[in-house]
Amino acid sequence: MGTLPIRSAGMESALKLRRNAMNHMVTALAVIATAVVLVPLVAILGYLLYKGFSSLNLAFFTKMPVPVGETGGGMANAIIGSGVILALASVLGIPVGIGAGVYLAEYGRGRWLATAIQFTADVLNGVPSIVMGIAAYSLIVARQHHFSGLAGGVALAIMMVPTITRTTEEMLTTVPQMVREAALGLGIPKWRTVVSVSLRTAMPGIITGCMLAFARVAGETAPLLFTALGNQFFNLNLNQPMAALPLQIFTYAVSPYDEWHRLAWGGALVLIVMIMVSVTLVRVVTGRGALKGGQH
Amino acid sequence: MNEPKLIPMPQTVVTAPKMDAVPSGDAQPAQTRLAAPSVIRQFLNQKSSGRVPDGLFGGLMLICALSIFVIVLLIVFVLVRDSRLSLHAFGFKFFTGTVWDPVSGDFGALPFIYGTVVSSLLAVAMSVPLALLVAIFVLEICPQFLRGPISFLTELLAAIPSVVYGLWGVFVLVPIIRDQVGPVLEKYLGWTGFFAEPNFGVSIFTASVILAIMIFPVISSISRDVMKVVPPSQREAALALGATRWEMIRISVLRNSRIGIVGSVILGLGRALGETMAVTMVIGNHPDMMKNLFAPGYTLASVIANEFTEATGDLYLSALIEIGLALFLVTIVVNAIARLLVWAVTRGNAARAH
Repeated sequence: MGTLPIRSAGMESALKLRRNAMNHMVTALAVIATAVVLVPLVAILGYLLYKGFSSLNLAFFTKMPVPVGETGGGMANAIIGSGVILALASVLGIPVGIGAGVYLAEYGRGRWLATAIQFTADVLNGVPSIVMGIAAYSLIVARQHHFSGLAGGVALAIMMVPTITRTTEEMLTTVPQMVREAALGLGIPKWRTVVSVSLRTAMPGIITGCMLAFARVAGETAPLLFTALGNQFFNLNLNQPMAALPLQIFTYAVSPYDEWHRLAWGGALVLIVMIMVSVTLVRVVTGRGALKGGQH
Repeated sequence: MNEPKLIPMPQTVVTAPKMDAVPSGDAQPAQTRLAAPSVIRQFLNQKSSGRVPDGLFGGLMLICALSIFVIVLLIVFVLVRDSRLSLHAFGFKFFTGTVWDPVSGDFGALPFIYGTVVSSLLAVAMSVPLALLVAIFVLEICPQFLRGPISFLTELLAAIPSVVYGLWGVFVLVPIIRDQVGPVLEKYLGWTGFFAEPNFGVSIFTASVILAIMIFPVISSISRDVMKVVPPSQREAALALGATRWEMIRISVLRNSRIGIVGSVILGLGRALGETMAVTMVIGNHPDMMKNLFAPGYTLASVIANEFTEATGDLYLSALIEIGLALFLVTIVVNAIARLLVWAVTRGNAARAH
């Protein structure tokens, strides 16, 4: 401790100056970085709104695609197809996801099996969506020898499961232990406690998780490329190739026709409005602190 | 709410201890048999014990949880099964071969590996400084009222689908890179050989810019979570020693959370490696290995996206599936490492790190 170098007053103030300058520089850099990052967001959203609104009209929602060269037409088939595929994915994915989350939070807490499942779910979450597409192709399309909306729904369902599992688990762990103990103490069987007490208390959060998973897969294109394939015609049969909004946007965006580009922008706007609404809704629901009510 | 009041007080007091035994099943059978069964006890005995539905429900939940394992195993199984043709035909040479010629049936994946690795690393290099600065800004510098809106905006950035990024990339970013950014980079950095003519706008560089925007929210939000775990006492200690705000951030925040930050960066890398649509739309899709970043490239994910439906012949399809298998295994490993690092920090022992 006695070996501290003795500094002159000048050195001291120079050092202080340098430290302060460094501090201000980093602060400025952080502010600039934040501004720089917000630019593409604003640019994307602004351009999307501008391009999207100028190409949206009633026909977009009600008409079928028209052949190249003709103007007009819409994406009714893609919007409906997306709805059907997403409904199928939700029906398959949400129960499994919630069930797995319940196991992790209510039954397996602290066991190695639960940790292993958590870890697998996290890793599965990071698997590229195109790989899910290949898996669904190999499992369903290759076996049936034709593309189908069903295969697309299964691919999306697989993608929903890990997200829902982890949020359900997270939300259930915020339910206070006393609430469960109170229910069990009244002689209510465990399954009933889980369903009517734990799940019920955590419901807003779990719905949030489901909507986030839904929003995430709603815009997925890659897993649908060789499962649902896309379809220029109206189709409600899950056993046939089915149109989907993201697929249609992709097809139109990479095409050389201006009319199709216009439709692609319109489709992107519809897609993004749908996703933004659900994400914002989620934020409102969770922001209200519905879960903190359990404590009093 | 009113029902409990109807039961006479003494009765509830007497039966209360026995009711404890109900959930745990037959834990104390002797005790219950000795005491004369009360009214409530009789009532409860008449009802089913709940053990059968309990077991069924628990089993059902366990099946749901195990299905996650099953999904992963199933994916591995079908990928290996359907790529065995190409696995047998090419072996390890598949990953070192530079020729991708579906017509003559010669498949080598090196150009795609090159494109994937270069575009992802470039994206990470562009994204990490910005993401960390924004995380620091939101957590340590920005006034309280700005915190919510900024994190909301980054969340929105994460919610935009890949295909919309691609659409924006094709019509906005590609012309900008071709006409504005390209010439400037060529003029000042052209001597390195990384930025050279011809520049058509669709290139590895454009793909990495899009990827950088797409992985920014991942890195930023996770590193923010990791930095948040650093105990306030660490910050206070640094400040009490006379550190400036930056020194405090460097000494106590960044140093304590560095493992988790590395984890978040690797997580972002994993996302970039597997990103398909946006990259496919702007990278140019040409299997070349050029030093020039303005040259078109191809990635593992985009070759699958582009050629899968038109793959004629079993070997072609099987080669594409093998690329998918490689992508799957690489992202699994990358994600597993990243998750372990992030877990190491956020699971409680942040204060122990030094």
